[in-house]
Amino acid sequence: MKPLTYRTLLLWVVAVAIFSVGYLGGDLGGDSIWNSASAMERLVEGEEIALKPAPQPTRGDYPNIGVSSRAVVWVVAQMHLFFGALVLAVPMFVVGIEIMGLKTGDDRYDDMAHEFMKISLTAYSITALFGGTLAIALFLLYPTFMDYMMGVFGAQMLVYAVLFFLETFFLYTYYYGWDALRYGNKKWLHLSLGLMLNGAGLTLMFVSNSWATFMMAPSGITDVGAVVGNIWEIMKGPLWNPVNLHRFIANIAFGGAVVGAYAGFKFLAARTPAEKAHYDWMGYTSNFIAIFAFLPLPFAGYWLMAEVYAYSQQMGITAMGGILAWLFIVQAVLIGTILLAANYYLWSGMSRTEGSKRYQGFIKWIALTIVLCFLIWMTPHTLLLSASEIAALGGSHHHILGPLGIMPAKNIAVNLMLIMTFLSFQLYRRSDKEATVSWASMGNALLVAIYIAAIVNIIFAGVYYGYFTNTVYKVGSSVTQVVSTLIVIISGVIIDGMMYKNAKVKYPAVWGRVTNRSQYALFALPVAFTWLMGLMGYVRSSVKTHWHIYTVMKDNSPDNYIPAIGYAGNMVTLVTVLFLIFVLFVFWVANLSQQKQVKPQEAEA
Amino acid sequence: MMERNRQRGNVLLSTLGFSLGLILLFTMVANILPQVEGEAPVDSEVDLGALTMDSFVSLGEELFRGKGTCTLCHNNLGRAPDILVMNMVDTSSERLSDTRYQGGAADVEAYLRESMIDPSGYVVASFGKKGSDDTESPMPTVNKAPLNLSDIEIDAIIAFMQSKDGGEVTVALPTEAPAVAEESAAGGGAAPAESGEAAIAKYGCSACHLISGSGGDLGPDLSGIAARLDAQQLQQAITEPNAVIAEGFAVGLMPTDFANKMTVSELKMVVDLLLKQ
Ligand code: HEC
Ligand code: HEC
Repeated sequence: MKPLTYRTLLLWVVAVAIFSVGYLGGDLGGDSIWNSASAMERLVEGEEIALKPAPQPTRGDYPNIGVSSRAVVWVVAQMHLFFGALVLAVPMFVVGIEIMGLKTGDDRYDDMAHEFMKISLTAYSITALFGGTLAIALFLLYPTFMDYMMGVFGAQMLVYAVLFFLETFFLYTYYYGWDALRYGNKKWLHLSLGLMLNGAGLTLMFVSNSWATFMMAPSGITDVGAVVGNIWEIMKGPLWNPVNLHRFIANIAFGGAVVGAYAGFKFLAARTPAEKAHYDWMGYTSNFIAIFAFLPLPFAGYWLMAEVYAYSQQMGITAMGGILAWLFIVQAVLIGTILLAANYYLWSGMSRTEGSKRYQGFIKWIALTIVLCFLIWMTPHTLLLSASEIAALGGSHHHILGPLGIMPAKNIAVNLMLIMTFLSFQLYRRSDKEATVSWASMGNALLVAIYIAAIVNIIFAGVYYGYFTNTVYKVGSSVTQVVSTLIVIISGVIIDGMMYKNAKVKYPAVWGRVTNRSQYALFALPVAFTWLMGLMGYVRSSVKTHWHIYTVMKDNSPDNYIPAIGYAGNMVTLVTVLFLIFVLFVFWVANLSQQKQVKPQEAEA
Repeated sequence: MMERNRQRGNVLLSTLGFSLGLILLFTMVANILPQVEGEAPVDSEVDLGALTMDSFVSLGEELFRGKGTCTLCHNNLGRAPDILVMNMVDTSSERLSDTRYQGGAADVEAYLRESMIDPSGYVVASFGKKGSDDTESPMPTVNKAPLNLSDIEIDAIIAFMQSKDGGEVTVALPTEAPAVAEESAAGGGAAPAESGEAAIAKYGCSACHLISGSGGDLGPDLSGIAARLDAQQLQQAITEPNAVIAEGFAVGLMPTDFANKMTVSELKMVVDLLLKQ
């Protein structure tokens, strides 16, 4: 074979994949195979059958199993989603790490990527197990609803099954082919397998996202639920893409955090310096992935909420200002935990290199800003207050805390926290290097200017729009603020990328030289992420209020009310603890196979 | 090896303890916040026969704060005009004389009704959907899903708004045979029926349904219907036939205008009669 064969193969694979997605999707205009096939089906079936409205279940249509059906589905679905997120996310950054390994020729990358995949592999069976259980639970407990959903999505089930098969196939070949296809041209074949694995996995997620978004904002059907659109019109509701993006990013952050805990655990249990160094590096990489994916997450959240408001203002307000509003206090605690833990980990990690001494002075200011912002963020304000609470506060707004509690103040706080986290991150990245480009000082000055301009802009926009204009314009401030933060992040990455492109590493990091205490940040991160994901699942599902499918099929089950935040919190804790137990099992299995591989004498050498 | 296992055990214990502690903290935060549940609206059965204007107005207020979810947006947070505080009788008149007003309402009652069932007909300045330049209202159409308020409920809310602002309540109580009954086509302008049987004959239900042993088969057989539907469901089946469709029958066949044509007492008599089937 000619040397370039596999590389060419890779290119072909990507080209064909892109082409088929576009062709099957047919969103680019005109009918595609997918569309016209289902359109033909409709013609054959005839209008009357196609126009059957959604059934309306009565209380009697829900089997009573003694415990709350919703609670059962809640636990199983959330477990499926946790593991699904992990299984989809890990191969994404594993392929990235593999490419790094290929580019740098450093075998350590490859080994680490392989070790990450091991976790994903065990988690895969658990995902499938919970997926199957979820399907059974739904069919048994919500028969009328599932009947209708099957009718609406029927044609898509086949696609789903095929994707599932592909995912399995690529996962196994990718993992087990690792050593067989390790070097030279074979590596390209292996990378293609990884790409296909991610392609299948992502498509799988997009397909199943469409079920959830259809329930929130149905499309392709009439007011009474009769199917009039083709499968593509049904899938492509107003919330589909925002949820796709949000879950895509969140999965990476979540996956990074979970494998970070694995590394943290191995670090703490490690006995040799070599082991410590390896797992320190692995933990650092995981944390890097988690935080880097986490930073843009709030912006994806903005987009999702904006689309929710555009679809139905009522739904938006139910989420943000109605009875669910309390939840955002809990969310603030969780995100605050995540950002503090991530920053703490970065600061602790500075002990790895001498070069960080230069930046040590910044840390206390960063820490102070983050804590201050965190407190402002948590100050409640525009929430439902009971009569006695209002009396206690002397009006529905606290006279001192009140101004801090409003949305623009919170937006200032959130954006500053994100900027500070990025700053920690940037300082850390720079600490072992010395820029050599001639324009280094100019670049630094430019960066400082960008930081200052963005921070001033964020505060100004928040204060001006928040306190000196009519309420209607308050929303306008968040866009300016978000753009400022994004500009800092993007320009920071670009400028540093150019400035340190060929920089010499002056103070090489000594991996493993980090405190044990810092490793606990690697546990705080996944715990908070898992809990946060569970909590957000509660909102996503609750904004539908008493509907299975918003405006189309009423939920008439005994559980058709929105549970209080305390109950939801207990449920989320239940699933988080369950997840923890299963993850321990996964780690244990991953560890088991490793013990055979690494000989202690070699590790010591 | 043993020592190694012990070290591992210690690490496991401390990391697990740390994680569980954190989880507990989050749980605690969720539990110390005020606990509010979002009840699904229950279609309260109103005894229309015993309705007074006062109870009709308070029904309206209840709907306004409850099932109608109006206070979700209409409050003092600037999401929508604070119609609880504003004088809606005066406001309505102002709106009607606004040059931007293009709707068909001529009085307060009609304006309020139009605001609810055709919110985009006239959008209060600066409250339109983002980017729509005040041509599209974010307010839900209240007689459509997800709110699905009935005509009677909408009337009650109008009565509430009129009465809270000291205006004259112009909506008619639903107990009195509504004016529309006079022009009702099926009834041919006849007086309200005296009994259930008479009402069924008046509205020609037997053309499609088998009732008391006679009638057509375009619709479901209603003998023994009481075994399947209760009073409330029967009422819904007649006033909103498309809300729930009997299995095996097509949508849209059963006339949807009985809610307007029938008087309240007729509806009640028909439901009572069907309950005895
Ligand atoms: C999702 C938010 C939302 C909900 C829920 C809502 N409204 Fe509105 N409503 C608005 C907005 C925004 C406006 C102003 C724009 C317009 O004129 O349509 C408005 C306008 C009105 C107006 C006209 C006000 C004026 O100053 O002319 C009336 C009357 C009204 N709503 C009544 C109701 C009633 C009654 C309910 C409950 C059944 C309700 N609304 C529920 C958002 C809402
Ligand atoms: C033009 C034909 C037609 C007329 C007239 C008609 N119906 Fe119906 N009705 C139907 C059809 C078709 C259905 C089944 C579809 C549905 O549920 O809407 C139905 C359903 C019903 C149901 C629900 C039955 C079930 O099993 O759920 C009730 C109750 C009912 N009608 C009562 C009445 C009454 C009372 C009248 C007279 C006031 C009436 N109908 C007049 C055609 C008609």
